[in-house]
Amino acid sequence: MSVVSAETPVWAHRTPRKRLLLWAGWLACVALFVWCWERMTQRTIWAFVWDAPTAAADIGSRAFPPRWSYMERLWAPLWDTINIATLGTLLGIMMAVPLAFLAASNTTPSRLILRPVALFVIVATRSINSLIWALLLVSILGPGILAGILAIALRSIGFIGKLLYEAIEETDISQVEAITATGASQGQILTYGIVPQVLPSFYGISVFRWDINIRESAILGLVGAGGIGAQLNSSLNMLAWPQVTLIILVILGTVVVSEWISAKVRHAII
Amino acid sequence: MSTAYPTTWRKPPQMIQSRGLRVALAVGALIYLVLAIGTIEVNWTRVVAGMERGQRFVAGFLQPDFTTRWRDISNGLMESLTMTFTSTVVGVLISVPIGVGAARNVAPVWVYYICRSIIATSRALQEIIVAIFFVALFGFGAFAGFLTLTFATIGFIGKLLAEDIEDIDEAQAEAIRATGASWLQLINYAIQPQVMPRLIGLSLYRLDINFRESAVIGIVGAGGIGAALNTSLSRYEYSSAGAILLIIIAIVMASEYSSGYLRKWVK
Repeated sequence: MSVVSAETPVWAHRTPRKRLLLWAGWLACVALFVWCWERMTQRTIWAFVWDAPTAAADIGSRAFPPRWSYMERLWAPLWDTINIATLGTLLGIMMAVPLAFLAASNTTPSRLILRPVALFVIVATRSINSLIWALLLVSILGPGILAGILAIALRSIGFIGKLLYEAIEETDISQVEAITATGASQGQILTYGIVPQVLPSFYGISVFRWDINIRESAILGLVGAGGIGAQLNSSLNMLAWPQVTLIILVILGTVVVSEWISAKVRHAII
Repeated sequence: MSTAYPTTWRKPPQMIQSRGLRVALAVGALIYLVLAIGTIEVNWTRVVAGMERGQRFVAGFLQPDFTTRWRDISNGLMESLTMTFTSTVVGVLISVPIGVGAARNVAPVWVYYICRSIIATSRALQEIIVAIFFVALFGFGAFAGFLTLTFATIGFIGKLLAEDIEDIDEAQAEAIRATGASWLQLINYAIQPQVMPRLIGLSLYRLDINFRESAVIGIVGAGGIGAALNTSLSRYEYSSAGAILLIIIAIVMASEYSSGYLRKWVK
């Protein structure tokens, strides 16, 4: 006959050691947060921060209503913005497709040299934002939409390249084997075995990137790379808040429309 | 009598079956291309003058100069990193209740619509535009950047978290409800265990994105390494700019690999 002692162990999800470690981890996180906060706000002028609600109310009262008559001077920059996004995407695709075939482990001609190089190019172009590319290119090529197109293209390489090489690596091997068994050459294997399989995702990726590029090209003008952002920059510099409101509304509208188009197209393809 | 079979085979079109539509699309694309390329104005003398600068930039990239401006660079880097961490933490803390509120299966309709509209606003506005406004309101420096990144994090994590909660296995929620659990207990015992690994993964991913963005919003005055980059470019100090870009690429690559590794480990 067993007697239930008073010290029946209470069930717990974790062992005491694990609990201690978990608490130590959380404590470390909080300490890191406090330290980071202190570092970050070292040079913050709190007077400006406390003043923000009044400043916001002030800007808000000046920004409405938007100056609709300014619209007639926005059509040309808007057209530029769309061109920057579209041509940039096309250029990016042209550079990204060969890169993706070099980077995919099942199509790369040399696993030792070309694949790492291609992967590095993909990661490097992806980690630099298009605005930084634009900043560089404007200082090299001068202001204008060419710098914007190149900035968008360079940023797109990494994105399209990464998604496309993953799609290529996921292709069904049996189709490729069937084509190989007919005695097809390397080029024929690509066109008949791999390309038909990745084509839908290729179109999907391109349209998706185009949609993102519309967003990004709208602000490239802030650093001088053409498009509607240039108008935004000059309106901001002149403190013409009603114009700023209008431009932001136009940008929002363009983004919504492009998102709708891209969603429709991707829905139709996939 | 035998029918004449074609002796050659052409690959059928994959995407668009109708021939007329294909031709129309091709012609439309061609017209657009001609019109669009026509709008590019290139000032070739400027480009030729700029090529020399381009060469200097490439040279600066190959021989980065970390030392001359090291104070600016390290200050900017520190600001960027602290800004990234604090904004991710605060952003995730705010986005958790909003994400829960934006999940149709756990929130009442009016809360759902409020939370969804917060998320939509945060996602529709680009970081740069938000940064411009926050800089105008809160003054130059890292604090405006912190607010910008927090605001952007709310939309990102909120949306993905809400979708995740909507996708949970309802059987667990049903079981917890059957015990007579309150709403908070439901969230704690049925929802949280299912979405926690993914929430941690998303937060790490957002940490990564926030660092990249922190490099950009500095250009409009919101502090961080972007400000240092902008300064060095406007001084035409390409070797310092090259050093900053290399640091950004290195940190992004490192965080990408480590967050991928951590996410595997969390799962």
